[in-house]
Amino acid sequence: MSTATGTNLNIKVKHLTRVEGHGNIVVNMKEGVLEKAQLEIVEAPRYFEAMLKGRSFHEAAIITSRICGICSLGHQITSLKATEQALGLEISEQTVQLRKLLIHGATMQSNLLHAYFLAAPDFLKVGSVFPLVETHPEVVVRALRMKRLANDIGDVVSGRAVHPITPVPGGFTRIPTAGELKELKRRLAEDMYPDLLATVETLKALAGAIPQFERETEYISLRNDDDYAMYDGDICSTDTGRVPDSEYLKMSNEFVVPHSTSKHAKVNRSSFMVGALARWNNNHDRLGELAHTAADALGLKPGCCNPYMNTIAQVVEAAHCAIDSIAIIDKLLEDGLKDEQPNQEPTQYGTGIGATEVPRGILYHEYSYDRAGRVTAANCIIPTGQNLANIDDDMKKLVPEIIDKSKEEITLHLEMLVRAYDPCISCSVHMLDVDFIE
Amino acid sequence: MADKPRVAIFDFTGCEGCELNQLNFEDQLLDILAHVDIVEWREAMDGQVEEYDIAFVEGSLSTPDCINRINEIRRKTKVLVALGACAVQGGVNGMKNTRPIDEVRQEVYGDDKYLFPTLPALALSSVVKVDYNVRGCPMTQIEFLKVFTALVMGKEPIEPDHSVCVDCKLKENECVYEKGMICLGPVTRAGCDAHCPSFGQYCTGCRGLVSDPNIKGMEEILVEHGLSVDEAWKRLELYNANELEGVRP
Repeated sequence: MSTATGTNLNIKVKHLTRVEGHGNIVVNMKEGVLEKAQLEIVEAPRYFEAMLKGRSFHEAAIITSRICGICSLGHQITSLKATEQALGLEISEQTVQLRKLLIHGATMQSNLLHAYFLAAPDFLKVGSVFPLVETHPEVVVRALRMKRLANDIGDVVSGRAVHPITPVPGGFTRIPTAGELKELKRRLAEDMYPDLLATVETLKALAGAIPQFERETEYISLRNDDDYAMYDGDICSTDTGRVPDSEYLKMSNEFVVPHSTSKHAKVNRSSFMVGALARWNNNHDRLGELAHTAADALGLKPGCCNPYMNTIAQVVEAAHCAIDSIAIIDKLLEDGLKDEQPNQEPTQYGTGIGATEVPRGILYHEYSYDRAGRVTAANCIIPTGQNLANIDDDMKKLVPEIIDKSKEEITLHLEMLVRAYDPCISCSVHMLDVDFIE
Repeated sequence: MADKPRVAIFDFTGCEGCELNQLNFEDQLLDILAHVDIVEWREAMDGQVEEYDIAFVEGSLSTPDCINRINEIRRKTKVLVALGACAVQGGVNGMKNTRPIDEVRQEVYGDDKYLFPTLPALALSSVVKVDYNVRGCPMTQIEFLKVFTALVMGKEPIEPDHSVCVDCKLKENECVYEKGMICLGPVTRAGCDAHCPSFGQYCTGCRGLVSDPNIKGMEEILVEHGLSVDEAWKRLELYNANELEGVRP
């Protein structure tokens, strides 16, 4: 497996920093043979399924958004879609557009937070973003300004970026005003646009710090005929093409492994990848000019098999989200904002599925309801859980390739690999799939 | 506290949304950093240290390892601040405590349930002394700034103990009940500026109960407005199952 016959290597990184949640990296090589290379997930389980049981459909999204603070908007929207399908609640075009705008805001905030605050310190060989306040103040100020605007989309449209308030089954409890949306549009055009161009320049200067490592794998994301699929679409694999979202279980086979409180997943190979790089590989043809300019400048090409480039794909997506947010606001204003009440009169009581692209990949929620509108079964499949087997497979290929480097360098490469996936470990263990059958 | 206070930030069982809300102080973050030294924060930086002046702690305690870690943090810090509903009162994690723990584990992990040790989800204060609370789900940002400013200035933060209804009236909101919805404002501790009712949503009780709540009266109001007794209690226990333990009929 390795050229370095006789090499012994033991790496244990306990509670990896600059990721969301608790995970350990463990690598053991004995006499040149790799015995173990894996990400252990040690986050405390939270048993959300048990909490949901018997709860009203009004509460399902409030509860599931608490699975994860960083992904709260994604959980909420996905949960609402599943509930609406199960209960036969029709929603308006305005509701769809406002949700798409919220997803853009949340994706921009999450992708930029990862690129600037969690990944960039590795490129600059510092332990956190805080030293950069002294050494690169203009970059930190820019990052904060971009994050603020992305969060303001959430604050204005959903009442609060973390654990949003206004999105409920059937619509919104409050519709933003035209003035609020116009102000967001102005800042997107006047502030976010130049800041994105500057971000690309900054990253271009750092791109040499991104490790060159490739491993071909299966990439899975949503895809539709209309746009760069985030809010909805079919499930699309680079190996086998498109299937409807009702086949989500087949496209996310999960299994328990002893070294992780989060389950692992595989479809056509031993592992697959979801997230920004998977979306890029499947849907780059749906992106506009600014996103492609950013991708060209940063060396991101279709069919990219370097998982470290996921961070670059996130920045490319941030550019797309900014431009498309402006287009959505224009459409909302052109159509005229309507002060709609949420449609909360169920027309049926059954089972429904929601599939949404959240920053880290496809998120699935499925609920069943009884005739009183109470949850009888729930199943959520989390992007980070889908990526864990892929991370382990990457490590198994990577370690022998870099075995001649120092232990410190190998450790750094492994930490950067895990961070590149932007794993959300809280999410991945807070909601393991299960049906509570009575 | 001479010089800049040394601050550490920790997370237990929770969604890390409160910590994220600290990174979301984009307008104030640089000012905050100017007044403290952040010495340990796993979510945002590398490294661990041996002592600090103020520890901000998010999440509830739900595994044996959590108990060891919170005791260690208490030993190393002068002041301990609980951040958010999970840390202050157990939060949504407390819902699982309303059912037998073995039943809950069986449902989620099936035959693998003994792979992962678990306890009922506890508030920090049921294991160690907590000096101050920043409540809410996620933690209320204006309250964090108040507590933070007070601590940096060496003053005593004041915790509100009146109901959300008072703040809601001051904001001149239409009562949520007038809109045909239910609301937990009457028994929920204020300090959030009635944020959810101001955005058209009902109060879910995330900031915990006022110190002498009329739970019986609250239950009656919820039932009058169309909920069954069981449903009323489910709503009440969303964030406050631990505080209401033994009160439910």
